[in-house]
Amino acid sequence: MKSICFYFQIHQPFRLKTYRFFDIGNDHYYYDDFANEDIITRIAQRSYMPACEMLLEMIKENGKKFKVAFSISGTALEQLEQYVPEFIDSMKELSETGCVEFLSETYAHSLSSLVDPDEFVAQVKAHDEKIYQLFGQKPKVFRNTELIYDDDIALMVASMGFKGAITDGAKHILGWKSPNYLYKSASAPKLRLLLKNSKLSDDISFRFSNPDWGAYPLTADKYIDWIASLPEEEMLVNLFMNYETFGELQPRESGIFEFMKALPRFASEHGIEFMTPSEVVSKMKPVGELSVMHPISWADEARDTSAWMGNILQEEAVNKLYCLAERIRLVPDKRIHQDWNYLQASDHFYYMSTKHSSDGSVHSHYSPYDSPYAAFTNYMNVLSDFMIRVREQFPEEIENEELNSLLLTIRNQEKEIEELNREVEMLRNNIVKDTAGDFAPRVEGKEEKKPSTKSPAKKPAARKKTATKNETKKS
Amino acid sequence: MFGWEFPPHILGGLGTASFGLTKGMAQCGNMDITFVIPKPWGDEPKDFARIIGANCTPVSWRGVNWDYVEGRIGKVMNPQTYFDLRDHIYSDFNYMNTNDLGCIEFSGRYPDNLLEEINNYSIVAGVIARTIDCDVIHSHDWLTYPAGIHAKQVTGKPLVIHVHATDFDRSRGKVNPTVFGIEKDGMNNADHIITVSNLTRKTVIEKYGISPDKVTTVHNAVEPLSQELLDIEVPPKHEKVVTFLGRITMQKGPEYFVDAAWQVLQKVRNVQFVMAGSGDMMEKMIRLAARRHIAGRFHFTGFLKGRQVYEMLKASDVYIMPSVSEPFGISPLEAMQMGVPSIISKQSGCAEILHNVIKVDYWDTNAIADAIYSIIKYPGMYKQLREQGLEEVNQITWDRAGAKVIEIYKRLINR
Repeated sequence: MKSICFYFQIHQPFRLKTYRFFDIGNDHYYYDDFANEDIITRIAQRSYMPACEMLLEMIKENGKKFKVAFSISGTALEQLEQYVPEFIDSMKELSETGCVEFLSETYAHSLSSLVDPDEFVAQVKAHDEKIYQLFGQKPKVFRNTELIYDDDIALMVASMGFKGAITDGAKHILGWKSPNYLYKSASAPKLRLLLKNSKLSDDISFRFSNPDWGAYPLTADKYIDWIASLPEEEMLVNLFMNYETFGELQPRESGIFEFMKALPRFASEHGIEFMTPSEVVSKMKPVGELSVMHPISWADEARDTSAWMGNILQEEAVNKLYCLAERIRLVPDKRIHQDWNYLQASDHFYYMSTKHSSDGSVHSHYSPYDSPYAAFTNYMNVLSDFMIRVREQFPEEIENEELNSLLLTIRNQEKEIEELNREVEMLRNNIVKDTAGDFAPRVEGKEEKKPSTKSPAKKPAARKKTATKNETKKS
Repeated sequence: MFGWEFPPHILGGLGTASFGLTKGMAQCGNMDITFVIPKPWGDEPKDFARIIGANCTPVSWRGVNWDYVEGRIGKVMNPQTYFDLRDHIYSDFNYMNTNDLGCIEFSGRYPDNLLEEINNYSIVAGVIARTIDCDVIHSHDWLTYPAGIHAKQVTGKPLVIHVHATDFDRSRGKVNPTVFGIEKDGMNNADHIITVSNLTRKTVIEKYGISPDKVTTVHNAVEPLSQELLDIEVPPKHEKVVTFLGRITMQKGPEYFVDAAWQVLQKVRNVQFVMAGSGDMMEKMIRLAARRHIAGRFHFTGFLKGRQVYEMLKASDVYIMPSVSEPFGISPLEAMQMGVPSIISKQSGCAEILHNVIKVDYWDTNAIADAIYSIIKYPGMYKQLREQGLEEVNQITWDRAGAKVIEIYKRLINR
């Protein structure tokens, strides 16, 4: 029996406002609230909300046989909570049907998997926490930003305890193989891989309403026939697409909603069922290993990461951003962490892409900027200000390692004081119990307290001295 | 082809463009090109086109012998051509001011009696048209339109006019009616019009009322630079240099450059701004820089020529052309050839074909300042523009432009 596995992606970045170099050091708010609100509410109205309604209806109608999965980035969730709270409600409703699975990803829809493993793990945790908090689900299958995947990422994902991962069925990886099977990772054999069937996915998300397309108009009948006529052994069809497909990429008038609603009926006629990714992972057996040496993604014709890290501009921006990572993890300031997240969204780097070919037109279509150069300039100005703020948190001369140990002492200091206080309290109580005199306990208490305040204070002072020494040497 | 300038003796972009195009067309093969200019100097390259000087073309008969002609104009033109031309004098122009060879003198520049020279040029064109057998007549810029029309009337061959600029660009709206008249007449009589950018094409269609299907854009290109120029070495410098290079006139938008410079200097100090060139707004710009208190960081070099231009470019970190109206604008391409990141106005024709430059509205000095800041502050920006710019500009070659023109010729001939 064949299975269809639907997964929809929802992501919106926090777009940056026009940030001039005059603002560096003066203005610490970076976002274009108007554009962000405008875009998310428009897309929610035209696409997200009606699509949720559609799914809910489909699940109800088909007795829970219809199942889908979602991957929603943290930045999108934040914007939806703020501007379209009703969407979160209908997502909760969908989640309660038990037919909807939420996938794991990086909170900021970031490129951290390629650059900074520690940051990657932290973001995945943050995202899963957010999903649990909102929908009460703990994601079991991982989907990286833009389906970026390679063997190294597989190792990280597997070590975080995920059973499966989703990526693109890139032709240069698959070769003669078909994406319509379950695979396992070569580097982490326990990790199952679901591959996007690009042709059938894009038939819906890109070609559906294109009258120049040979198969136009696409009907549910015809579409399910295509799937049913695949070779018998090919059991799995992974249809991965942006959620905006419904209502935005393919407008309502194109009949996309009706097309979707009709799918389950024709599917059941052909004995095709719907599965969520985690069901696929647990029920199906992998047919073989898949080794991916260089990162792949679902973007552009090349299916690689050049859309985000392909030119000098992007390289510089990514490097400048991630060289802050270690320092930021030491910073307690919440606003810095928030900006850190928002600035990591892969979209900022996508806007800087200079690919001029047919891909280029897609790039410019989504970009709020005139040119990749304008995108770079604006982003770098923002980043310059952000760097100033991060640097201001601690004296610059102190190296990260040293800073870390200092912070550790400070944090331990609190614990130590607390412990000692408790001890003093205890002793005091004992003394009160033991003797009626009030002279002795005070002395003891003082003696106890003195070293506790002194000893931790010494350390930073000594360190600082060495630090200043270093500085004078340098200058 | 009728032109007014030809390298190496050029006064503006017209000569460079006519030369480049002619060479590019010759490279496409199977072309026999005759190029007429008012006054050749003898050191023009002759390997891909036959040069005829209007001042060597007799309009009234003189009984001179071969040796005499050889002695007089031998270094400029083949004497045989003189005698061929002499056989085709079509009217008695003795009343005109002719010399010992029966030729009219030309200055080849832009003198005060320019209109008279244009008229004389068209008289000469009558002789040439009767002598040289051709398939297409091609006139470069308004000065040569009357000559083109005349040649068309004589030969009945199709006329192509090449609009390198219109009077709307040169005068920023205050159009000279006589010039407009000549331009309009040329366009009306032309069988096809070639413009150097879509911007100019639009002007031709809208301001001159020409049918759009008669106008085609063929963008200009650049000649590859010689290794000698590319290898120019400049003394090491400690500050970033931002350069404006061109005539300091209203058309080039120098005041926007000063304003952007002022903005950048509010934030960064170690930048030098250079305004290279001369023009009627130069003094005003010096005063403006002083009033903004940035004169110490602002330099005026005066007019640069030849190698100096490339030395200046080589020493620059940013090139900027905030032109208010620019039919094409070849100089940003030269800057890119020298590996200098360029900022150009969206109102210039070359913006239509360039990708690896920063395009801004000429009046948007905020955007200009942002772009300058970005290039001098972020190494990635500089490197990307420099490397990609070089690669891009090396693809913009005259033979491609030439092929497009030949395509147009073929359409006209087979019509």
